[in-house]
Amino acid sequence: EFRRFSLERSKPGKFEEFYGLLQHVHKIPNVDVLVGYTDIHGDLLPINNDDNYHKAVSTANPLLRIFIQRKEDADYSAFGTDTMTRKKNVLSNVLRPDNHKKKPHIVISMPQDFRPVSSIIDVDILPETHRRVRLYKYGTDKPLGFYIRDGSSVRVTPHGLEKVPGIFISRLVPGGLAQSTGLLAVNDEVLEVNGIEVSGKSLDQVTDMMIANSRNLIITVRPANQRNNVVRNSRTSGSSGQSTESSLPSSTPNVLGSLLQGEEESDEEDIIIEDSGEPQQIPKATPASESIESLSQIELLHESTQNGFLPSSEMSLNHSTGSISMEYEAPEPGRKSLEEDGTIITL
Amino acid sequence: MRRFLRPGHDPVRERLKRDLFQFNKTVEHGFPHQPSALGYSPFLRLMAIGTRSGAIKLYGAPGVEFMGLHEENNTVMQIHFIPDQCQLVTLLDDNSLHLWSLKQHGGTSELREEHRFTLKGPPGSPPSATQVTAVLPHSSREVLYLGTESGNIFVVELPSFRVLEDRTITPEAVLQRIPEDNCNRRSCELVEALREHPKNPDQILIGYSRGLIVLWDLQNNKATHHFLGSQQLENLYWQRDGSKFISCHYDGSYSQWPVSSDSRQSEPLENTVPYGPFPCKAISKIYWQTTKNGLPYIIFQGGMPRASYGDRHSISVIHGSQQTAFDFTSRVIDFFIIFSSDPAAEFDDPSALVVLAEEELVVIDLKSAGWPAVHPPYLASLHCSAITCSHHVSNIPLKLWERIISAGSKQNIHYSSMPWPIDGGTNIAPDPPQRDLLLTGHEDGTVRFWDASGVCLHLLYKLSTVRVFLTDADPNDNMNTLGEDEWPPLRKVGTFDPYSDDPRLGIQKIYLCKYSGYLAVAGTAGQVLVMELNDEDAEHVVDHAEADLLQDQEGYRWKGHEKLKTRDGPVRFEAGFQPFVLVQCQPPAVVTSLALHSEWRLVAFGTSHGFGLFDHQQKRLVFVKCTLHPSDQLALEGPLSRVKSLKKSLRQSFRRIRRSRVSSRKRRGGGGNASEVQEANAKFDQDVLQEMELAPVQRKIEARSAEDSFTGFVRTLYFADTFLRDSSRHCPSLWAGTNGGTVYAFCLRVPPAERRMDEPVRAEQAKEIQLMHRAPVVGILVLDGRSTPLPEPLEVAHDLSKSPDMQGSHQLLVVSEEQFKVFTLPKVSSKLKLKLTALEGCRVRKVTVANFGSCKTDDYSENDLAVLTNLGDIQIISLPFLKLQIRYPCIRKEDVSGIASCVFTKYGQGFYLISPSEFERFSLSTKWLVEPRCIVDMPEVTTNNHVHKPGTENAARKS
Repeated sequence: EFRRFSLERSKPGKFEEFYGLLQHVHKIPNVDVLVGYTDIHGDLLPINNDDNYHKAVSTANPLLRIFIQRKEDADYSAFGTDTMTRKKNVLSNVLRPDNHKKKPHIVISMPQDFRPVSSIIDVDILPETHRRVRLYKYGTDKPLGFYIRDGSSVRVTPHGLEKVPGIFISRLVPGGLAQSTGLLAVNDEVLEVNGIEVSGKSLDQVTDMMIANSRNLIITVRPANQRNNVVRNSRTSGSSGQSTESSLPSSTPNVLGSLLQGEEESDEEDIIIEDSGEPQQIPKATPASESIESLSQIELLHESTQNGFLPSSEMSLNHSTGSISMEYEAPEPGRKSLEEDGTIITL
Repeated sequence: MRRFLRPGHDPVRERLKRDLFQFNKTVEHGFPHQPSALGYSPFLRLMAIGTRSGAIKLYGAPGVEFMGLHEENNTVMQIHFIPDQCQLVTLLDDNSLHLWSLKQHGGTSELREEHRFTLKGPPGSPPSATQVTAVLPHSSREVLYLGTESGNIFVVELPSFRVLEDRTITPEAVLQRIPEDNCNRRSCELVEALREHPKNPDQILIGYSRGLIVLWDLQNNKATHHFLGSQQLENLYWQRDGSKFISCHYDGSYSQWPVSSDSRQSEPLENTVPYGPFPCKAISKIYWQTTKNGLPYIIFQGGMPRASYGDRHSISVIHGSQQTAFDFTSRVIDFFIIFSSDPAAEFDDPSALVVLAEEELVVIDLKSAGWPAVHPPYLASLHCSAITCSHHVSNIPLKLWERIISAGSKQNIHYSSMPWPIDGGTNIAPDPPQRDLLLTGHEDGTVRFWDASGVCLHLLYKLSTVRVFLTDADPNDNMNTLGEDEWPPLRKVGTFDPYSDDPRLGIQKIYLCKYSGYLAVAGTAGQVLVMELNDEDAEHVVDHAEADLLQDQEGYRWKGHEKLKTRDGPVRFEAGFQPFVLVQCQPPAVVTSLALHSEWRLVAFGTSHGFGLFDHQQKRLVFVKCTLHPSDQLALEGPLSRVKSLKKSLRQSFRRIRRSRVSSRKRRGGGGNASEVQEANAKFDQDVLQEMELAPVQRKIEARSAEDSFTGFVRTLYFADTFLRDSSRHCPSLWAGTNGGTVYAFCLRVPPAERRMDEPVRAEQAKEIQLMHRAPVVGILVLDGRSTPLPEPLEVAHDLSKSPDMQGSHQLLVVSEEQFKVFTLPKVSSKLKLKLTALEGCRVRKVTVANFGSCKTDDYSENDLAVLTNLGDIQIISLPFLKLQIRYPCIRKEDVSGIASCVFTKYGQGFYLISPSEFERFSLSTKWLVEPRCIVDMPEVTTNNHVHKPGTENAARKS
């Protein structure tokens, strides 16, 4: 079911009032629901307190799409970063909870109004001395912000200790994504980039690999500081939420675990603009049929002026047609990076 | 499902791959980089060139060439052929001697190194004792005389290189017969020259550096004559009959000495300083050639007046009253004379002078009046002006081929008609399967057309775009315009001229349609010229249009060079390609991509600011599209200063100095803008260089964003007749790809032929694709319903290709530096991709569709992508499934200019520059292979015997 109504952008009020309004509009006064909205990046984010409610209203552009789910059959995994890109469509994501049946999620708490910028993954399959870090560049304006350098590292080989060339993090840019995560540090040795070992590759090759994967960069490092490692007394914890009966020997660093999965899922999608129309993501050539089941969608129109309702013919996503600016990267003319990055254009 | 398709190891496919692909570096075209030595065998009629990197190359008749490489990679100092043998000896700068021989193997001759040898002195002796300065292979072919710095002459046996110690000629032995008041031990230091008597093999002439010359009798081991020159000796030459010899000296003089029967100390017959009386430079080598009419040819290197002409690289030829000093633009390495090698002939009768200069080979015809130059069939100086781009066209129709050759022959009338005088060996390679053209664009605004069908890269025709423009170059600024009675009688020869008068003239992109003869050429200052082949001279006006690529943008200021000024009124063009349309991009930035559609009569061009489409039939600009990101300041400011090499800016400063010297009075104040920019660039380069040296090697990891610099830079343009809007109607389209990973597609409406002049061509943007990884788009291609790449324009009309399949659905292949992606058309949905960089850390530099035929069966061939990466690897990737077939290391990854210069052919071959003057040719195909195959006939081997068997070719020089 769809509903469409207007709110005053300057005075959104409290979440409780809004919740009541929704229940009223849908005539479901006694049903517990989860409220979510799609933000400008296409992510489905929850509305459950005043703060994220205000955030949602203030970022509406100009429509605010609200999704309401019954609490008992809600699928929490639908929320979060990359929900759009991962599953092409929030609708199909939310509408087809059976997709996720095989992966029961243990919900610890409701996601708040933030999206992850980084995570440690595959803790259960990596040796304790290694750390696999995923940086979510997509959806943040922060630069990745780190530098790598050549160096030498010591490896244990059948012939004893051997000095081998390695790649190290040489600098973290203050305020960058890498620094803000706290998971990477100067002099950490880079072992893998998105599941591919870097040994035998030159600094330039590793640079290119990282940049090519910059939208979903997963790097496996051996931290220079080994004192903060996760101490595992028993193998009973796993961050990836998988079964913990991992029989994999923890000494093999290059077990891909969720890496491949991650890569497949969050693969960036190109954008097409047809006939100077609106930008769309390019679909995969084999489209899946979608069915709408038990979801009511509300399109909420915000008016910065006090004009009240607009005619419904103009209700659809109201981008300025004809413009070909990307909606995904807000241009910031003020921030101009003229830094020399060492790579030169060769004609 | 994709997972199951991935690794597959299909044995059938593996076998087929072996029949299709094979990597070979086949031949080096052009002029050897940094030549250092020259040798010639009158017996084999082969010439040998050694280089500073230790390469040795032999050349004979066109197509006959051999190459060898010394393991040491040391400079080749001297090359000497063993008389009447297929062998030669090289001396390297590490004092090692190497014996090479040409041996027949499997039907062709091969150059192989047989022995190496380093002369060792007695323990404790200084290294100079054995430092070889002169080498004389004796005509007996058994021994080699090695003159050294110490004055000792060692004798080594061939081919074993055993030192015959009892036969060493020591300075002490030499001095025994010479009165002590004239000479002392020091007179015999450093052997400068060793020459065998032309008639008597038992006598050799020894020239020492300080001027003492001794005729040594090998039988009796004693000096029979000695000659005392007053000047430091440079070289010696025997006259043909052995009655006189010539010495040349450090002070620019030469002397003629008689060898009389008595052994008295002789006085020179004649002592001349040809360019006196003021102090002159040394004459480093001299020939004295007798002729039937009695007047000798005296040919010598150097000797110019030191003060005024000391910087000239000259070789003088004096014949009676005729005298010319050939003036070379680069240093003369060495030279030789081709003369009658028949030992029975009474006179030398020289026919040609062959000069190896540092940057080119020049051959002068001494038989024809005026001593014209001979057009060399190989060893072309590719870099006579620096190569800025290249373009290869396979399978040229005969008609066009002949027209280009005829246009070229009109340019070559000043060359001698003499057949190529170095004609040893036999070329047994099959005729090339097709006619291929390699077009090189140069910094001076010329395009050179090379016959690239076979082993010899041969210049067919040279096109200059300069005439269209008004340049700073003063037409009278020519070193050659000296008056009649000018002394010395210098004459500039050769084509090597590295100085461009105006860097804006440089050619950046070339596109030739082989069916229509239309040629599009684009340059550094945003100029795009469309040309047509005309067999006659013509004078006409070039239509001129301007394309403002910044149309809807405002407030930008171009800080780069100005656009080129055009000539008003009609311009006279010689036969050949004549421009009829000039489009100048505004701002005048380098043209970075170019496409020509000869059937639709459209030319598309792109710069760092945008791209445009020009209708060259109606001479009307169809549209322009600005691709510039509003925040991209760097692209606006001027030429890509960051990509300029230090070398380039140095060259520019030299050019600037030269230019200011030439026409300093002409320019007053004003026009210094371009040079200021250059100066700033040079300074910037310096700074960057210093910065790079100080900072530790580190790389920034940052995602690309829309605001990066040069995202609007148009990298590729492509015309296609395909389904752009809907799947029922196809239409002409233009595709453009940028540095920021954007692909634009424009729908074109080209009026039918009968109304082509009446209705305008229309264009409308139909699609815009933004690749999210934002890597530069380097190639765009449409595959037809059979997944075959669309044919070139007019290819179908000429029955040379099947018409494309318009029934099945078309696919779009977009190649970025990082990924290959196939999309469906007309609705763009992604179908397949290959993420190269994410997996291997390498980026695509060059990509072309190449057709590979099987060497086993004639009826199988397939199209694949040939890809060169920034690591210098070549990968072959299948179409349309984007599977990596095979990978070959080809170019060193540090060799950035080699990688940037690489050009693939349509049949799986390629070229890249291994030096500014040489193309390496390689082949990826088993079927198409152009490599030298030649035979040099061995003379009858006559061991331990000085007398030639009757019936062998009577070509021995001395007996």
